[in-house]
Formats: sequence, C-alpha cells, structure tokens
Amino acid sequence: MRVLVVEDDPVLSDGLQAGLGLAGVTVDRVDSCADAQAALAATRFDAVVLDVMLLDGSGLDVLADLRRRGDTTPVLLLTALDDIADRVHGLDTGADDYLGKPFDLDELAARLRALVRRRAGRSDPLLKAGGIVLDPSTLTVTVEGRPVAASRREVAVLSALMERPGVVRSRAEIEDRLYGWHEEVESNAVEVHIHNLRAKIGREAIETVRGLGYRIRMPS
Amino acid sequence: MTSLRRRLFFLLLPATAAIWLCAVAWIYLGSRTQLEHVLDTRLQEAARMVHSLAGSGDMQAAPAASEGDDVGYARQLSCQIWSFDGRLVARSSGAPNESLAQDKEGFADRVVDHEMWRVYTIVDAAKGIRIAIGDRIGLRDRLVRDLVAGLVAPALLIIPLLGGLIWLSLGRGLKPLNDVAGEIVSRSGEDMRPVSGAHAPAEIRPLIAALNSLFGKVEATRRHEREITAFAAHELRTPLAGLKTQAQVALAARDTAVREGALRQILVSVDRTSRLVRQLLALAKLEAMPASQGEAAVNVGALLREVVAALPTPGRIDVEIDPALDDMVLRGSAECLHLVLRNLHENAVEHMRDPGRIRWRLLPDVGGLAVEDEGPGIPEPELGLVTRRFYRGHNRSPTGTGLGLTIAKMAAEKIHAGLELSNRGDRVGLRCSLTWSTSGSSIDKSSAAPATGPLPA
Repeated sequence: MRVLVVEDDPVLSDGLQAGLGLAGVTVDRVDSCADAQAALAATRFDAVVLDVMLLDGSGLDVLADLRRRGDTTPVLLLTALDDIADRVHGLDTGADDYLGKPFDLDELAARLRALVRRRAGRSDPLLKAGGIVLDPSTLTVTVEGRPVAASRREVAVLSALMERPGVVRSRAEIEDRLYGWHEEVESNAVEVHIHNLRAKIGREAIETVRGLGYRIRMPS
Repeated sequence: MTSLRRRLFFLLLPATAAIWLCAVAWIYLGSRTQLEHVLDTRLQEAARMVHSLAGSGDMQAAPAASEGDDVGYARQLSCQIWSFDGRLVARSSGAPNESLAQDKEGFADRVVDHEMWRVYTIVDAAKGIRIAIGDRIGLRDRLVRDLVAGLVAPALLIIPLLGGLIWLSLGRGLKPLNDVAGEIVSRSGEDMRPVSGAHAPAEIRPLIAALNSLFGKVEATRRHEREITAFAAHELRTPLAGLKTQAQVALAARDTAVREGALRQILVSVDRTSRLVRQLLALAKLEAMPASQGEAAVNVGALLREVVAALPTPGRIDVEIDPALDDMVLRGSAECLHLVLRNLHENAVEHMRDPGRIRWRLLPDVGGLAVEDEGPGIPEPELGLVTRRFYRGHNRSPTGTGLGLTIAKMAAEKIHAGLELSNRGDRVGLRCSLTWSTSGSSIDKSSAAPATGPLPA
C-alpha cells in the first residue's frame, strides 16, 4: 500500500512514515497544500492521510479540489478539532474517514487498510488466492495453513498481486507500491522478489505474462 | 417592555382630543359672539318695530309673568313701554313688572328681578315714551350651551371611534417594525446573517443597518475566537500526536536505528512542546499582569546579553550587540522587558536558515532599540497579522509556535513600548523596533527622564 501523508509537523510526519512503514505501508510525505496537489496529480496513491491545518492553507481545500477533479482516492483526515460540526464538514467535503489528534498508530493503519479494502470492493480483511492467505494487518502469509516467512518487500509485492486477483500488474506498478520518492529503486528488485516468492509459495502461484507483467493464479 | 404602539396611541389620542376640545372652545366662543350679535340685532329690530307701532293704537299692559313660570325658548323677548313720567304704558305678556328701561338709548345689561337681562332701549322724546325690549342672559347662555352640546356630543362619540382607528392604523403602520423583530426573534443564536432591509421603510433602515453592523461585528469576533481555538487545538494536539506516534514506533521497531530515530524525534518534540507550554504560561501571566508592575531601573545591554547567553545559537549564527545598549537604562518591569527581548531574539534565531548575523542596535534618534535578522522576512500583507495568537505566516519556521511575537507585543505594551515590525530595506530580513512614545534619549545625559522609558544612564 502506498500512502501520501500531508502533515506540516515534522515530528508527526516522520513518525507516520516510520510507523506506517512498520505496518507495510510505503509513505510519501509533503507539508503543504501546494506540494500535496502536485503529488496527487503526479502519483497514484492507495490512500491519503491529510492534516486539516497546513502551512499554506486548509487541507479541506486540497480535498475539495481532489474531489472536483473526480479523484476517488480514499482520504483520511487528521484533525485537532473534534467537535461534531468540524467532523461533519470534513466528511461532507469528501473525506472517507477522520481521526482526532492525538491518535493511535495501529488504529490509523487499520483504518487505512479498511479504506483500501473497501475501495477494491472487498469486505474480507484477508487476501486469498487458492491456498494462499495474506493477512495485511500482520503482514503474514500462509500456504494451505502453513506460515511462510517472507520479507516485508516480498509481502508488499504479493499483496499488490493478490489485491486484484486475475489482473496483470506491470513491473512499474509493483515498483510504485514498493518505493516512495525518497527511495532509490533497485534494478531487477521486482524480479528478485518474484523469484523468492515463487520459491516460498509455489512456482505456479505467480504467472509471468510476457511483456505485460505478473498475475496471481486463481484456482479454476 | 414599553410598546411603541401603546406609546404612540397615548400620545396621539390626547393630542387629538385636545385639538377637539380647542375646536369646541373656539366654536363656543365664536358662536357666542355671533349669537350675541344676532340676538342684539333682533332686540334692536323688535324695539324699532314696537316703536313704529307705538302710538298708532291703544296699548294695554299684559299681565306680568307669574313667578316660577318656566321660561322656554317661546316668549323670549319682553317688551315694556314707559312714559317719561314713569308709567308703564304697555308691556308684552310675560314681561317683568320691574322696569327694564334705562334713561339713554342703546344696549345695556341690567339686573331685573334678580336676573341678568340684555335690554335695548329707544327713547322717543316726541311721543314721550321709552321703549325697552330685553331678553334674559340665562336664556342666551342656554342657547349657546345647547349649540355646543350639539357639537360636543358627536365628538364624545367620535373620540372612541377615532381611538380605535388610531390603534388599528398604528398596528398597520408599525407592521414593518414587527416584521423585522419577528425575523430576529425567530432566529437561532448562531444565525448572524444580515437582516434584509430592502423593503423596510426609511425610518427603520438605520436601525436595520445598525443591527446588521452589530451582527457583522459579533460574527467577526466569534470567527476570530473560533480561529484562535482551532489554532490552539492544532498547536497543542499536533505535538502530542507526534509524541504518541513516535513512542509507538519506538516500541514496535525491532531495528535499533529506527528506534533511536524515534526516540530522538521524541526529544525534539518534548523540547518544542515545553516551549509552547512556557509561552502559553507567559501569555496567561501577561494577561493577568497589571500595567505597571515591578518598576525598576533595568540595564538593557546587560539583560540582552543574559537573553542571548541563555539561548544556544547554532555556530553559523553570529549575534552582535551594539555597545551603546550598555548605556541604555529603562525604568519599568524587568520581567516584561526580558520577555520582549527573549521572544524577539528567539524569533530572529528561528528564522535564520543560512549562516548570518543578528544585530541588536540602539536607535539613537528615537531612543529605542531594534533587532535585525537575515531570515526571509515577513510578506507585507502579514506584517499586521503575525502578532496574533498562533498566527504562523507563510515564512513560518518549522519549530515555531505562533506565540513568540504575540508575547513580545503584549509585554511591550506593558512597558509602554511600541513594537513595530518591518522588512529590512538594505537586504532580505526582518527588523523589529521597540520605541517609547515618551521618548528621551538613553545616552543623552541632559533631559529629565520620563516616567517610563529610557532613562539617561
């Protein structure tokens, strides 16, 4: 999952990047409305964590603008104001969820997973394909009930494939999910992760579609 | 609550009644004069008629009016003809026995039989008779009274009708006012939209305009309060959210580097939060402080060196203090001056991103002092706003609280100093000047010192 965090407090923003990173989320950070607009126009995110009060204006303006453009990316508002009118206003501007500051990191991560799950039209929190089960909340993978030890990057690649079963995901798409702007993309990293995953969950589980990318095999 | 309608009614009704009464009095007096005139003319006419008749036949005295005879409008006139030797030659029926006549011709008011009479006398020397024709004044008064009663009776009937009409008309006339009142009464306390005065009469418009202006002011104040509350909530809760998140990261991280990074961020956040708390306490204290507290002679240079020494500045920043400030002595609250200097210095240090110099210098021509930094300055439109609570401008520092300049301004006011912010003219940067309106040069050893402000050292 790749998330944009729009927050002007450096300590909180850094904490979100580190904390959500532990939960398997790739985080990009910006601290102003202008940068948020630019980032949202350039990159596709699975969700946005948006502070309401920013350096150069209101996060609600960014949100309204996003919805005006027809962008359906789920947005979770972070707000220091917790009176009802404020929350209602945020939700009615197009937010999908909100949390009052200070919040719990685990709850934020769970809410983001729920937003992404809903957006994909799933209600089951577990990703399943054949005998493979991936739990996004614990980042654990089991095959026919047996736990499989996979690195965080490998789990991220597998969940990118399993979120849209039967759909081919290109290498670039998978890379986008793995690396934020601040990270150097290692060449062949995706191929290496696919290779290692096949060794752990079965050679047949992931198909290579020549010239297009990879696909998780669904039991017929 | 006094009712405008009732008030107007009780003004209009007596006024109308008074006008009616005046009219009645006027009519009464006017009618009376007219009536007197008419009746006098009649007396004169009748006397002449009798005079022309007298001597043309026998005349007999009619029986006198019996006592207690009610004298109606009939037989109003009484006529007597007296000979010069005092005999009653003739009289009309109902005429009194006592003589009405007088010696000379013309009108006279006489008392006859304890009654007032109006008499017209003709003296005919040729015939040797006096002809007197009279009528009772009482009768005349009754005529006038009846006339006026005829006027007043409808008036008494009309006044209640008029009252009712006035009452209804007032109701209709005051309807626009009631409409406006109704609109305001039916509002919720949150509704501060202006009242529409488009169809209101001209007399109500100033009231509506005043109301709308008041609504506007209340709304602006409330918006300002809401903003401050929102800013305060944001500035207080965001560091807490950062602390909590970093603490959870430190707990969850298995990687030592990640954990150490989180702990370091916690330290940064704790320092910033404690500064915020310190500034909030300083603000609260300033608000509660009386205007002139702890008057003492304070050496500005020494205090400034204390402030600069207490705030660790990165090596890239060079702080220069004008030696002339060592000779500047102020009379006022040392605590307030310390707050001003400290917050101005913190603000300068905070906005210096690149290596550079902060200069504290004396303003000899105005007897004040100024600090100049080499930071980004403040956009002109924001110069008036940055001293508001929690206002963090476009060029905000990542570690600022939005309270430093607020405190500096408030503390400056307590020591009767003006704080003026301006962008430097010679280069990019901010200049904050402290000046005293009761200016006396701090170095000049001649003039007497003002009560507050710079003293000659």
